Amino acid sequence: MLTLESLEIRQDAFALRADLSLQAGAVVAVIGPSGAGKSTLLNVIAGFFAPVQGRVLWQGQDITTLPPAKRPVSMLFQDNNLFPHLTVAQNVGLGIRPDLRLSKEERFAVSDALRRVGLDGYGARKPGALSGGQQGRVSLARVLVQRRPLILLDEPFAALGPALKSEMLDLVADLARETGATLLMVSHDPSDARRIAPLTILVAEGTALPPQPTDALLDNPPPSLAAYLGD
Amino acid sequence: MASRPVPLGWHPAGPRAGWAVATLLVAFVVLPLLAVFWRASGASLPGPADWSAVRFTIFQAFLSAIFSVILAIPVARALARRQFPGRSVLITLMGAPFILPVIVAVLGLLAVFGRSGIVNQALAWIGLPPVQIYGLHGVVLAHVFFNLPLATRILLQGWQGIPAERFRLAASLGCQPRDVFRLLEWPMLRATLPGAMLLIFAICLSSFAVALTLGGGPRATTVELAIYQAFRLDFDLGRAAVLSVLQMAIVMLAAGLALRLSLLDGFGRGMDRVPRRWEAEQWPLRVLDCLVLLLAALFLLLPLGAVVWRGLSGLDAIPMQVWRAAWVSLVMALSSTVLTVAMALALAHLALQRRGVEALGLLGIAASPLVIGTGLFLLINPVSDPARWAFAVTVLVNAMAALPFALRVMAPALREIERDFGPLADSLGMTGLARLRGLTLPRLRRPLGFSAGLAAALSMGDLGVIALFADPDRATLPLQILRLMGAYRMDAAAGAGVILLAFSLLLFWLFDRGGRRDADA
Repeated sequence: MLTLESLEIRQDAFALRADLSLQAGAVVAVIGPSGAGKSTLLNVIAGFFAPVQGRVLWQGQDITTLPPAKRPVSMLFQDNNLFPHLTVAQNVGLGIRPDLRLSKEERFAVSDALRRVGLDGYGARKPGALSGGQQGRVSLARVLVQRRPLILLDEPFAALGPALKSEMLDLVADLARETGATLLMVSHDPSDARRIAPLTILVAEGTALPPQPTDALLDNPPPSLAAYLGD
Repeated sequence: MASRPVPLGWHPAGPRAGWAVATLLVAFVVLPLLAVFWRASGASLPGPADWSAVRFTIFQAFLSAIFSVILAIPVARALARRQFPGRSVLITLMGAPFILPVIVAVLGLLAVFGRSGIVNQALAWIGLPPVQIYGLHGVVLAHVFFNLPLATRILLQGWQGIPAERFRLAASLGCQPRDVFRLLEWPMLRATLPGAMLLIFAICLSSFAVALTLGGGPRATTVELAIYQAFRLDFDLGRAAVLSVLQMAIVMLAAGLALRLSLLDGFGRGMDRVPRRWEAEQWPLRVLDCLVLLLAALFLLLPLGAVVWRGLSGLDAIPMQVWRAAWVSLVMALSSTVLTVAMALALAHLALQRRGVEALGLLGIAASPLVIGTGLFLLINPVSDPARWAFAVTVLVNAMAALPFALRVMAPALREIERDFGPLADSLGMTGLARLRGLTLPRLRRPLGFSAGLAAALSMGDLGVIALFADPDRATLPLQILRLMGAYRMDAAAGAGVILLAFSLLLFWLFDRGGRRDADA
């Protein structure tokens, strides 16, 4: 279970509160107007940004002050999810060992993960030689080998076309289901949330509300969300 | 979306190495300065000869700055409004004097403007009296040779900063060249010229090698040269210390002013774009620009061509010491390159957290090499024979001189790398060596290669502090050339000059290439 306990986040004039928890294995969307703090919330969970108050707990353990790499978290950012100077296999391998000294089994795990995301045989290429969708798959392969129980997506597929984006989200949801990971994804698009996330956290007016059923929320949005959705 | 959050302070490789380098740097500047002050306090006040050196230093720097900048205006304008084959080569060439050994340039200028140089031969042919290159005008000529390209590049950047749409608007309003100058070019120049002038003024204040070879005598001695003379000729350490204090005051004042204007930037990126200039599309202006560029190219290339021409025929006149000196210089250059790059890397990491650190690198410029050299000599002399430390001191001082440039290139690049890929590396737990190998070095390759090339070339051609310390067995190549010139063996000097030139350019090219090789997206 992920718990955000009386969390308070501040950055200059910006402020956000959160007091909520998620069941392990849940797939949850994070929705809200621009500037409401969706990315910031994820960055606090991932350890890139410190809250001024409150705690982040995973399975009852306080992880608020742990550095990003020590948290049970795999995160995909909006961009720069791959190192352009490393090969596909190296990029995935970093998920296992940051110094890339991989054993034979670990190298096998890398190619296995690449096979799982449909990139069998792409290991020696550089990211620059791949399409946007393929690059997304490489970062997913890395999430796979990382084997972290919490996956955070900060709209990593926003630059892809609608069809490709849906395909990637389905793939992520599949992977999360397979590994039993908890998935938390920021989204601009309500249809993304409906597609894969049964629950949604609404971030608006300085607060991240506890997760609620996605369909009910979107069918009957509160005013702050309605204004954002525009209907 | 909220703005991208600032990552927390879990940064790689800790800033400890950076702090160590910073402390060391400050120590290596401050301790010698203290030594100089301590020694100077026991010495007599500056005499008339010293004040005349101060006056000459300021006067020649002033003239050099004025001439460089004024001559650069038409050159930069021609480059800014003309597209022609070879334009980018010419712009690259404008960057070359930066890595050109001073002594080689002096040899070239002597070959063109010297007693039996090309100009005087031409003058004699049409029956005019010869010109004299030694003295004030020689010093200024050499400084203009070095700084005209620099001024041109700075002004060209100014021109490129004027949006192309403004020229279009001017054309649609029927503006003539004079109107365009008044409306668009003059305001830019008014903003750019003072900074360029101050920078060149500051650079010329520490002139040593040029003053040593083309100046001299009571009427054309810079303070740096006077320090050297107090040292080598009179071995009057007290006077050297007093002069060092004077020099420090002058340079710090000028450098403080010039660096505030921050013009060390831009080693020529984004100069390919030439906006269309309707008002300049007329034959008289075309001919004028063409003429200006030809003259500028001639002024820059003729001396180099002359030294290469003479040097190639003088290659077989080269004595054995030259090759030994070349070897010493090469080892020295490579050592100070390693030192520069290591220091810059450490300081750039520290600068991620404390931007002020970047200014620290400027210490190497603000305190002149001869002043630092004097101080180190004073520190070492009571304990050990300074000549034994010539190698280490020269490597260190050269590395410090190249450091500001390396830092200027590497610190912003590292900041960019950390901005783009820092979060990913953090989330993957890449720290220490793994981060250096997996992220920093591969992505920093280009600026690293460029910095290394610059450091190597600068150190290879340096003729400064080594002149204070050197003993005959361990002369560097520039010093050896100086000795050959002193013995009037000009062919051998030119031959050695060609070797030095080749080494400098080759080192720069190799490192810079190495940084570009196989650098993908």
